[in-house]
Amino acid sequence: MARIENAKSIGEWLDQRIAIETLKKVMQTEYWIPKNINFLWAMGMVLAATFGILLVSGIFLLMYYNPSVDLAFDSVNYTIMTEVGYGWLWRHVHGVGASLVFLIIYIHMFTGIYYGSYKKGRELIWLSGMLLFVLFSAEAFSGYMLPWGQMSYWAGMVITNLFSGGSLEAYGLVEWIRGDYVPGQAFLTRFFMLHVLLMPLAIIGGIVFHFGTLRIPHVNNQDSEDFDYAEAAALYKAGKVKESKVIPFSPVFLSKDVFVMGVYFILFFFLVFYKFDFAMDPVNFDPANGLSTPAHIYPEWYFLWSYEILRPFSKDMGLIAFAIAQVIFFTLPFLDRSPNVAPANKRGFLFHMWFWLLLIDVLVLTFMGKLPPTDATFAMIGMVAAYSFFALWILLPIITLIEKKIKE
Amino acid sequence: MSNSRRDFMGMALGGFTALGGIGALYAMKKSWDPLPSVKAAGFTTVDLAGAEENKLVVEKWRGKPIFVLKKPKDAKPNDRDVIIGDDRFHVSIGLCTHLGCIPAYDGAIQKFMCACHGGEFDTAGINLPGLPPPTPLEIPPFKIDGTKLVLGEAGPEYQKMLAAGIVA
Repeated sequence: MARIENAKSIGEWLDQRIAIETLKKVMQTEYWIPKNINFLWAMGMVLAATFGILLVSGIFLLMYYNPSVDLAFDSVNYTIMTEVGYGWLWRHVHGVGASLVFLIIYIHMFTGIYYGSYKKGRELIWLSGMLLFVLFSAEAFSGYMLPWGQMSYWAGMVITNLFSGGSLEAYGLVEWIRGDYVPGQAFLTRFFMLHVLLMPLAIIGGIVFHFGTLRIPHVNNQDSEDFDYAEAAALYKAGKVKESKVIPFSPVFLSKDVFVMGVYFILFFFLVFYKFDFAMDPVNFDPANGLSTPAHIYPEWYFLWSYEILRPFSKDMGLIAFAIAQVIFFTLPFLDRSPNVAPANKRGFLFHMWFWLLLIDVLVLTFMGKLPPTDATFAMIGMVAAYSFFALWILLPIITLIEKKIKE
Repeated sequence: MSNSRRDFMGMALGGFTALGGIGALYAMKKSWDPLPSVKAAGFTTVDLAGAEENKLVVEKWRGKPIFVLKKPKDAKPNDRDVIIGDDRFHVSIGLCTHLGCIPAYDGAIQKFMCACHGGEFDTAGINLPGLPPPTPLEIPPFKIDGTKLVLGEAGPEYQKMLAAGIVA
C-alpha cells in the first residue's frame, strides 16, 4: 500500500491517494510546449472552450425542449424564445457556437496542413482530429433536426436519402435509419437522443483521445523544428527560461491561450448579440411540412463545400464523389510521400501552391454551394472546383514524391 | 498445463461474450426498425367509387402526396393507367421527379404543372420532353380491391406493371 501519513494540506492528502502531484506534472507544469508558435496554436483550446459553451447552453435548452413532432417547433420558437428567461440567449449562443466551432475546426485543420503537423509521429493526432470532425458533423446535423422546421425536415429527408446509395436503392436502410418511411416521430426522438447523449459522449471521448495523441509527439512549431525536449526542459527547469525552447503548458502557455480566447470571445458574443441571424435560416421558422418542399434546399455554410461536390455529377457519381470527399482528408498523412517535416512555404513551390489551391478551392466550393443550381456560370465554376478538388488529391502523392529533401 | 487451462478459460469467456455481443447488436438493430404501428400506417385505402372525372384527389401515403385522377374519357389511354371497372385512373406519387416539388393539376389543359422549375406531365404521368424532370411520375405499389385502391401493397396489376418495366 502507498504510504499514508497525516497530511498537512488537502493537496498532500490527495497526493497520497491519487498522486495528484504527478498528474499535475504530466499534464500541466512539465507538459512542454514550444515557444516558437503563433496564435494559430491556440485554436485547440479555443475549440475546447467553445465545446464547453455549447454543452452549457445545450443543458439549458434541454430543460424546455420537447422532442415531439407536434410540440418541438413551438417549444423552441415559442417557449424557449419568448417565455423562458434568457432562453433566447441560450439558443443564440448554441446556434452561433455550432457555426463558429466549424470555422475554428477548419482553421485548425489548415494550420495543421500548412505546418506539416500530421507527419512523422503525429499521424494519430491528425486521424483523431479528423474523427472529431466527423463526430462534430454528426452532432451538428442531428441538432439541426431538433427545431423541426422546414429546413430540419427536408435536410433530414435529403441526407438520410443519401444512404439509399443512388442506384443501389437501399430504401430499407433509409427506412431503418428513420424508423419510418419519412422523417417522423421515431426519427425526431432518435436524433434527439443522438444529439444530447451519444454524440456528445463520443465527442468527449474523442477529445480525450486527441489530447492523448498529442502528449508524446508534442505540439509542432512554426519551423517544424525537431529539437530535444528533454534538453530544453532541463534548461527551463534550471531557471534558464530565456535560453530554453519550451514553456510549460500550464500556467505559461495557457495564459497565451486565454489571451487568444479573449479576442475570440469578443467576436463570439458580438455575433451572439448582434448578428445571430446568420446562424438561423429563415426557412426553418416555418414548421415542418412533409407535403411542401422549400424551393431551394441547402445546408449550413460549413457543409457547403462537400454539398457542392455532390451537385455537378450524375446521381451515382455524385454520391461516390461526396463519399470520397468526406473521408479524403483522413488519408493526408499517407498521401503525402515526402519525408520533409516543414512549413508549406519551405517545402518548395509545388507543395506551397498545393496548399493554397486546396484552401482556395474549398472556399470556392463553399460559395458556389450557397447559390441556386439554376445559374449556368456559377454551376460551371462549381463543377470546375469539384473536379479540381479531386485533381489536387490525386496530384498530392506525385508532387510530394518529387519534392526535394530538405537537408538537416 | 495451466497455460492451456487459462487459454481455454479465455476462449470460453471470449466466445460467450461475442455471442452476447451479437445478440445485443441484433436487439439494437431491431429497436431501430420502424414500429408495427408505423408499418400499419404505411397502407392507405382510397375508395374510388365516388371519384369525379378530371378532378385531382390528393391522398397521403407514407408521408408523401399521392395523386389519384379519374381520367377524362377523351384522354389517351396508357399502360400506366389503373383500370377499375370501366374507368381509367392515374395514380402516382405527387412529387416532381426533378427535385421533389409537388406539381398542380390543370384540368383545362389536362396537364400536371410543376411551379418550381417548369416541369410538365401528361395525364399518364409522363414527363413532357425538353423540360427538367428526367422520368415520369412514380407509381406507388397498389392493389385493387373492388372499387377501392390499397396503397402500399403490391397487387397483381402492380406486379404486371413491374414485369413490363413501367415501375421500378
